[in-house]
Amino acid sequence: MLGSLFARSPVRPLQEHMRAAVACAKQVLPLFEDMAVQRTERLAEHRARIDELEHEADRIKNEIRGHLPKRLFMAFERRDMLEILDFQDTIADVAQDIAELADLRQMVLPPALGEPVLALVRRVIQACEHAERVIGELDELVETGFGPHESARVESMVAELNQIESDTDELSEAAKRTLFALEAEIGVGTVFLYQLIDWVADLADFAERVGNRTRLLIAR
Amino acid sequence: MGEALDAVLFGAPPILWLAGALALFMAWTIGANDVANAMGTSVGSGALTIRRAIIVAAVLEFGGAFFVGGHVTETVRKGILAPEAVALHMADLPYGMLGALAAAAVLLFGATRFGLPVSTTHSIVGAIVGYGAVAMGLDAIEWGKISQIIGSWLTSPLIGGVLAFLIFNFTRWLILDREDPEARVRRFGPLFYFVVTGVIGLVTLFKGLKNLSLDFALPQALGLSAGVGVLGAGLGAVLLSRVTANGPVPGDRFHQVERSFVLLQILTACAVAFAHGSNDVANAIGPLAAVIHSVSEVGYTKQAAVEPWMLLVGGAGIVLGLATWGYRVMETVGRKITELTPSRGFAAELAAALTIVLASRLGIPVSTTHILVGSVLGVGLARGIGALDLRIIGTIVVSWVATLPIAAILSILFFYLFRGLLAA
Repeated sequence: MLGSLFARSPVRPLQEHMRAAVACAKQVLPLFEDMAVQRTERLAEHRARIDELEHEADRIKNEIRGHLPKRLFMAFERRDMLEILDFQDTIADVAQDIAELADLRQMVLPPALGEPVLALVRRVIQACEHAERVIGELDELVETGFGPHESARVESMVAELNQIESDTDELSEAAKRTLFALEAEIGVGTVFLYQLIDWVADLADFAERVGNRTRLLIAR
Repeated sequence: MGEALDAVLFGAPPILWLAGALALFMAWTIGANDVANAMGTSVGSGALTIRRAIIVAAVLEFGGAFFVGGHVTETVRKGILAPEAVALHMADLPYGMLGALAAAAVLLFGATRFGLPVSTTHSIVGAIVGYGAVAMGLDAIEWGKISQIIGSWLTSPLIGGVLAFLIFNFTRWLILDREDPEARVRRFGPLFYFVVTGVIGLVTLFKGLKNLSLDFALPQALGLSAGVGVLGAGLGAVLLSRVTANGPVPGDRFHQVERSFVLLQILTACAVAFAHGSNDVANAIGPLAAVIHSVSEVGYTKQAAVEPWMLLVGGAGIVLGLATWGYRVMETVGRKITELTPSRGFAAELAAALTIVLASRLGIPVSTTHILVGSVLGVGLARGIGALDLRIIGTIVVSWVATLPIAAILSILFFYLFRGLLAA
């Protein structure tokens, strides 16, 4: 009878899902690096890899949802957990959208835009990786029963994540300024590049939301 | 050895042999099924091999049954049925108790076959009440005692849960939620060894050793158990210092901490085994004692009529069940509850053991498994466990509602059957 009391904890699958989602985001860097050196023939390859990782994330997501009956009593709110899962999943989805647009339109970055955009992408990926580390603390949180010491540790990680995200806001604004300065030269392509930069910035946004939601989950 | 044993050994009527066989079978069932809940957690977390778990459980179950098992046995023997009513129907009592044993044994055997969780305690209490109400009338039931027992079936898991909640929060504050949890578990581990061995020492030494003709007053018992506790703490310190340092596992800061908690969990699993023996031996031996006493005309109400040799038989039966069948159940339970990591197992088991031992000393028959479930939920409420499946609460309620009437009806049938067959 005691055996049937224990359900599979969703913490590890949630961490696996985050790993897959952030892996999608990380693939955006080589994509933009090739766009910066006008190597369009490799865009499809990057897109295929991101698609693959996104499917993996989807698989884990469906598995988590399927194993989360309402009668489970968990160390955190079910709703908080599902929202974190959604934000994580959006990271993978947005990375997929970026790759799709870049590949379909065979986009390249004008030389002047290369460095500002790559700086943005790098910082965004740092935000995602940092959010992954926050999610990586979930099992430690459960292990310490969400003790004040461990909670404070995670809270400070989230504060750092917020800092990184606000860096990406500035970097994306700088990239967009550069883009608009080139508008006459690029023409209608401006719209699509603007969209790509916006989506890249969104990645950091969702990473931040993962962190903020984790903070709420601690403060139940 | 007393007059009752003489009655059994010399010219025992067949009913005594039958009662003895059924009591042994009950004890066997208890050993085969229930003990797994005490030790399965340690097997599951890799703290003990099955072989060692069996040996350790055998020693402690037996110790609990022999030294502390008398109180609850007295309750089952003569606390449920009113003496005045039994005096009027003295001739029927052996058949009734025999019927109760047979009913509980059949129910447990059937339930085990179909994988239903049924509590031995609930079966035997339901069976005795069923026979008593039908054979002697509703007035024959000690309703005050029954409501106390049934009340304890609600409160004991609750107490276990609250204790587990507090113990886990204390552990979190003292050890887990610190910069250096590993060093702290080694430093404070012996403290827990002191408490647990001291408590076991106290319940054994204080009025427990009457079976060995040693009777300590409270002050003496307290002093001696403090000594036992110090010995326990020393042992704990030695064991904890031996935990091999494999070095940290990347991404898992608490790996070493849990490895150290393994030693604390072995300790608490032992405490649960001891507590379980002290409470559950009564389910087999209480009715047997009643049969023997009514047949040998020692009398129903005589004080301290549960003799050491009866507890010996019960303890032996439990150990037998453990050795012949318990390992299989233990393996299954162990595989299923790997989610209960050593630190959680420690908190839940310590709380459960304290609750059960307390109930044993008060002579109240409780369900070990239900208290363990309550304790695990307590740790869950302290946010210590990833996910718990609350369906088990429903299972417990259903098994509650079903066990009592089924046991009662079966025992009524067996009562008439045995009286028809055996009464001259």
